[in-house]
Amino acid sequence: MKKHAITATVNGDETDFICYPDQTLLEVLRGDLELSGAKNGCGTGDCGACTVIFNGRPVNACLVLAAEVNGAEIETVEGMANGAELHPLQQKFLDHAALQCGVCTPGILNMAKALLEKNPDPTETEIRFGLAGNLCRCTGYDKIVRAVLDAAAEMRGNPS
Amino acid sequence: MTDLVYEAPGTVDEAVQALAAGGSGARIFAGGTDLLVQMHEEMIEPSTLVDIKNIAEARAVTIGDADIRIGAAVTGAELGEHQELKALLPGVVEAVELIGSYQVQGRATVGGNLCNASPAADSVPALIATDARALIAGAGGTREMAVADLLTGPGQTALAADEFVVSLIIAKPAARTADAYLRFIPRTEMDIAVVGAGVSLTIAEDGTCGAARLALGAVAPTARLVDAASEALVGNTLDGAVLDKLAAAASAACDPIDDKRGTIEFRTKVAGVLACRAARIAWERAEKRS
Repeated sequence: MKKHAITATVNGDETDFICYPDQTLLEVLRGDLELSGAKNGCGTGDCGACTVIFNGRPVNACLVLAAEVNGAEIETVEGMANGAELHPLQQKFLDHAALQCGVCTPGILNMAKALLEKNPDPTETEIRFGLAGNLCRCTGYDKIVRAVLDAAAEMRGNPS
Repeated sequence: MTDLVYEAPGTVDEAVQALAAGGSGARIFAGGTDLLVQMHEEMIEPSTLVDIKNIAEARAVTIGDADIRIGAAVTGAELGEHQELKALLPGVVEAVELIGSYQVQGRATVGGNLCNASPAADSVPALIATDARALIAGAGGTREMAVADLLTGPGQTALAADEFVVSLIIAKPAARTADAYLRFIPRTEMDIAVVGAGVSLTIAEDGTCGAARLALGAVAPTARLVDAASEALVGNTLDGAVLDKLAAAASAACDPIDDKRGTIEFRTKVAGVLACRAARIAWERAEKRS
């Protein structure tokens, strides 16, 4: 199979990799790039565990080919914290114990970040609808939703 | 997987050449939300993927004096953010926005939803209701075909192996014309239509319905246009007796499957209910479009 040489910006860093045409972005992130935050859940775009930000939009990395991200900007959960300082969403997930096994968490953090960029003051319903493409099988949705509401308030400058 | 070739042509002509070179194993790759799933599940094993996302015509929404053109590779998220298009074709946009989660919306395309040819595809009844035509490019040049004629069966289209849909062309809605799309699903979101109903109608000078098209999805092997619904509406207002006729016309057009998501009886009944509700919404929208 013909290999493709790709250059993309991953979490702000210009990154080169070689991929096969049938490899997904998720495989390359977790493999060659050793960014294992995005999880391989269903592989069919249903569970959202592989959610990353691709040119500003949340997508399922399992349904993106690595060969098509040349020149693109990719953000994963590994790029969310600012050094040792957690992103407000990450901190609120800890504060609210909004995770158990943690497999869904990186995807939910990315999706929630994208939601709050579009709508800094979402209602609970909007958050639940917005996270409908992210499945949590520990069924911690209430804590997740409360953490996102709390993070949104803090990011607007109204800490609870 | 066999030796897969990935091509990302920048023009329609290059895409046609890549399709022809790939032969019967070539597939168009737009959002990938159906194609890559089918590949992962080994339902299909293409030898060439022709990515059409670098082709300007396939990525653009153009609102002209007479026609609206929606590129086949425009995503649901992009359509939902296009305020002018949303004002002109609210039914088409609301149908596309029902497809999948936000993550899927960021990738799934109008052309892909059409050409995947699921009988339950949400965008298709909405497109048929607006009498959308597909601009098709192939080795023999370009041609146009009504969306209603493009779909020939579940997963089947009238496209030749060397052809692909570049864009969808919809006449710019005249004054007092509007569309609407509704679907029934057992959940509140992230589900496949059990019944879908798209309506486009025009209110004439005399206040009655001047023109109307109803298309139903998920109640037959392909989405279908219901001619009897147009007959029920044209020349009338949406009073009770007219809506009863519309519902009967919609139900009579159904030839659905019977499965755990909806029985034949249920789908047939709901098609009538949704047809009336979509017609009411389209009517209210048309009244506001002077």
